[in-house]
Amino acid sequence: MKQTDLSGTSRRRFLGWTALLGAAVSLPARVWAWARPEAAFVATGIDAALAGLGGTPTVHDAIQFTTPDIAENGAVVPIRIEVDSAALPNVSKVSVLVEMNPNPMAAVFDIAPDTEVYIETRVKVAQTCNLYAVVEADGELYMQSRETKVTLGGCGG
Amino acid sequence: MSRIKIRAQQADGITEVKALMRHPMETGMRKDQSGASIPAHFITEVAVFHGERTVMQGYWGAAVSANPFLGVRFKGGEAGDTVKVTWVDNQGGTGEGETTIR
Repeated sequence: MKQTDLSGTSRRRFLGWTALLGAAVSLPARVWAWARPEAAFVATGIDAALAGLGGTPTVHDAIQFTTPDIAENGAVVPIRIEVDSAALPNVSKVSVLVEMNPNPMAAVFDIAPDTEVYIETRVKVAQTCNLYAVVEADGELYMQSRETKVTLGGCGG
Repeated sequence: MSRIKIRAQQADGITEVKALMRHPMETGMRKDQSGASIPAHFITEVAVFHGERTVMQGYWGAAVSANPFLGVRFKGGEAGDTVKVTWVDNQGGTGEGETTIR
């Protein structure tokens, strides 16, 4: 009897501990709250999209924006954004916009402090137009733009 | 839960993460052969973790290409550390991939 009681207690304790551990492990390791700039994403023009990000950015040479001059397939256009943090420190956000897309806002990235500002991805480009890389540093917006010519539009699939 | 293909390589104190996700990234503006519109289905949030630290979190629209590729770099990673990438889409789907830094 005594033994069953004991094992019962330890089993309960064990289960309690595993539940606690499980809760700790399954907690999302998130440092920041999610804040999707919805106004920028639903905007249907480049000016409204930029306004959704907080205003009109000024051109800054520390932003290195790499896009193809000519994209044969607008559905898959590789882009790369790199910022020289010595010339433009404290970058907290990087955004990609495609001027002539139905919704110009393509992606926003929140960057952790004290790390590299380097983003590579692929976006859809509906037709030949300017692509914008917009970064936020110390609350100010800066950008670099590049034109990509598209031979086959990005919205046909 | 969809698996994400992920690689993380460290050199000179900088870790480069490359992730490839499987996702249709439907804009909601396309129609199928019968003319019915295909509902929007795209990744809305993506995040990169180094251990417990978030090194990048992103918000995506439908303009990110199908089967999205993401490349990011961060400081402070050591060989053997865990790097994880996760995503959530507008229909409640999720994806996750984990690897150790080489």
